[in-house]
Amino acid sequence: MAAMTREETEALIQEVLEVYPEKAKKDREKHLAINDQSLEKANKCITSNRKSLPGVMTIRGCAYAGSKGVVWGPIKDMIHISHGPVGCGQYSRAGRRNYYVGTTGINTFGTMNFTSDFTEKDIVFGGDKKLAKLIDEIEVLFPMNKGISIQSECPIGLIGDDIEAVAKVKNKEHGKTIVPVRCEGFRGVSQSLGHHIANDAIRDWVLEKRDGDDSFPTTPYDVAVIGDYNIGGDAWASRTLLEEMGLRVVAQWSGDGTIAEIEKTPKVKLNLIHCYRSMNYIARHMEEKYSIPWIEYNFFGPTKIAESLRRIAEHFDDTIKEGAERVIARYKADYDAVIAKYKPRLEGKRVMLYIGGLRPRHVIGAYEDLGMEVVGTGYEFGHNDDYDRTIKEMGNATLLYDDVTGYEFEEFVKKVQPDLVGSGVKEKYIFQKMGVPFRQMHSWDYSGPYHGYDGFAIFARDMDMTINNPCWKSFKAPWKTEAASEPVKAVA
Amino acid sequence: MAKLRQCAIYGKGGIGKSTTTQNLVAGLAELGKKVMIVGCDPKADSTRLILHAKAQNSIMQMAADAGSVEDLELEDVLKVGYRDIKCVESGGPEPGVGCAGRGVITAINFLEEEGAYDENLDFVFYDVLGDVVCGGFAMPIRENKAQEIYIVCSGEMMAMYAANNIAKGIVKYANSGGVRLAGLICNSRQTAREDELIMELAAKLGTHMIHFVPRDNVVQRAEIRRMTVIEYEPGAKQAQEYRDLASKILNNTQLVIPTPITMDELEDMLMEFGVMEEVDESAVGVTAAAEATA
Repeated sequence: MAAMTREETEALIQEVLEVYPEKAKKDREKHLAINDQSLEKANKCITSNRKSLPGVMTIRGCAYAGSKGVVWGPIKDMIHISHGPVGCGQYSRAGRRNYYVGTTGINTFGTMNFTSDFTEKDIVFGGDKKLAKLIDEIEVLFPMNKGISIQSECPIGLIGDDIEAVAKVKNKEHGKTIVPVRCEGFRGVSQSLGHHIANDAIRDWVLEKRDGDDSFPTTPYDVAVIGDYNIGGDAWASRTLLEEMGLRVVAQWSGDGTIAEIEKTPKVKLNLIHCYRSMNYIARHMEEKYSIPWIEYNFFGPTKIAESLRRIAEHFDDTIKEGAERVIARYKADYDAVIAKYKPRLEGKRVMLYIGGLRPRHVIGAYEDLGMEVVGTGYEFGHNDDYDRTIKEMGNATLLYDDVTGYEFEEFVKKVQPDLVGSGVKEKYIFQKMGVPFRQMHSWDYSGPYHGYDGFAIFARDMDMTINNPCWKSFKAPWKTEAASEPVKAVA
Repeated sequence: MAKLRQCAIYGKGGIGKSTTTQNLVAGLAELGKKVMIVGCDPKADSTRLILHAKAQNSIMQMAADAGSVEDLELEDVLKVGYRDIKCVESGGPEPGVGCAGRGVITAINFLEEEGAYDENLDFVFYDVLGDVVCGGFAMPIRENKAQEIYIVCSGEMMAMYAANNIAKGIVKYANSGGVRLAGLICNSRQTAREDELIMELAAKLGTHMIHFVPRDNVVQRAEIRRMTVIEYEPGAKQAQEYRDLASKILNNTQLVIPTPITMDELEDMLMEFGVMEEVDESAVGVTAAAEATA
């Protein structure tokens, strides 16, 4: 299918909107747009970060998911208490594949679930005493933890528990960082507010711990990787490139990260932001308070990697600039081989994405390196500044859909007929049953890493084995073949 | 056997809900009625005059001690007092922590599941904390719970504000369930023309003043002994007042969806009766110091 014209895309949006009641239609049409690269600001064409409509099957999460699941959860040497009833923690346990090094249960705790397991009596009588007891028990059972975060589930905010007071008392008693986080799930319109609340908690309870302490020996080449959650090992595949070009990665936020790294971050020379959406707040704070500049980078696919390495290097002296060129040259043969192998198999394939965070725009370059085209993309919980950054990445007249509804996404895919859809697990089986090749782009479908040059090779292989999988050719039901559709002769 | 009648007593805090409830329930018991009192207030003082106790062990406190509400049996929480009146208290947290409203919901669900509302009962009375501050304290007037609401009030301004607000709450649930306003009980504070004023308010709300309970020190004397007046001094004039109230409730058929009035209407009425003075708009927001210099 050829690329759609602006008029065709507009007609498609109108067709999809047609089924909605008047009020819903008015709301949803603001979230659906046709990309126009000439626009400077996305707010000219799309509305985002608004309350979802009831009944539309939004894919969004909650503030707790944004704080515990995304920002805090991967800090591996802290224990993150899911404070409230058991489900929020238990059903999200280890779900994001934030890889880490350590001995789980001894000095790292990433895949474990700690919860205060609220019952009726905790709601009625308050849960502060239970929380205090839980923290004491953690200190006895897991003495090598380096700190505790208290991730509030909904009831904590409803009954007005004073978790800050508990945190302060227990911090004095145990001498460890204890961070209360007010990320009750009902706050905000999506997980996005949870990221912000989590960033603010780091700012208020952790970041200034080493202010005025110069004992940590710094170098002119110290950087922090911020907003890489090491899903399937992404941060490791990124870190090696930065180190090879001569930088020293002092901290990883927060995949495979530690609280000590976070405390040391205000000492770095430059903050490198991968997931802008979830961590821009803390980067801006460090810029204001510690005068640390920050830049966004993109380590998906060789084109964007080279661009990013050069942009990062511009903040440093010639050693680093040369280092960047050296890294790009060193891996050239590798990624050229990947492109040579997979591009002929993937050239011209069209992709539709619907993801969170940074990926709806960041992975576009990697697809383009393989000769593929992203013809539709959207953010679960993006803001206008995310769409600002997306307009230039996407082709003209492609589809943008914010907080897409289950219905819209299915209809768009039916009409646009992409060769691949990339979204989450809830979407996966719907599209596969429609006969559309699908990759989970939150968890990398249990593969990865996709960041860096090493990740690109895996990314290319995964896309190829999904799109060119022979199963799609066998997809037509046997009774729908021509032979079977012939009328069956009545048995005499 | 007649159908179980479930009644809830609401009213401004400190107006005398618990005292009035226990005394009128004692009156119903004298008439041979089987009654249960459900205290819906974390203070748990709705049954002390019937049980001669300081404070009954509450459902929520015992549930917390036992582990969970599922660990409790009805016998653990249901106490029987004067003339076989059954008593339970929902209980709840100390002020400033937790969620007392959830305590009421949990306690009432427990009573239902455990079959506390047995077929031999004629009446259940819910004695509810002053204000309907959240969904939990509206639990007794939600579907399939109390059908009759009595509001205890007096001729004082704030008591009448509260009565009108409670009427608003009843309207909300009256439309979805069967709850009705059954009358105002005037618990006298001996303000001027108190009976007329409450009758006037009742008329405006579309209901009636079911009884005017005069002030009498015997109530306090009985309370000190943790008894109802009917039990402490059956021959007292006040005991007869409570008996009258009980029999009026027994025979009450006037159940209405109330017609709450606006703040302006209420204030006009209060001014008419001299409870409130006409507001001089030019004086609003002027401090004493400013007045002195003016």
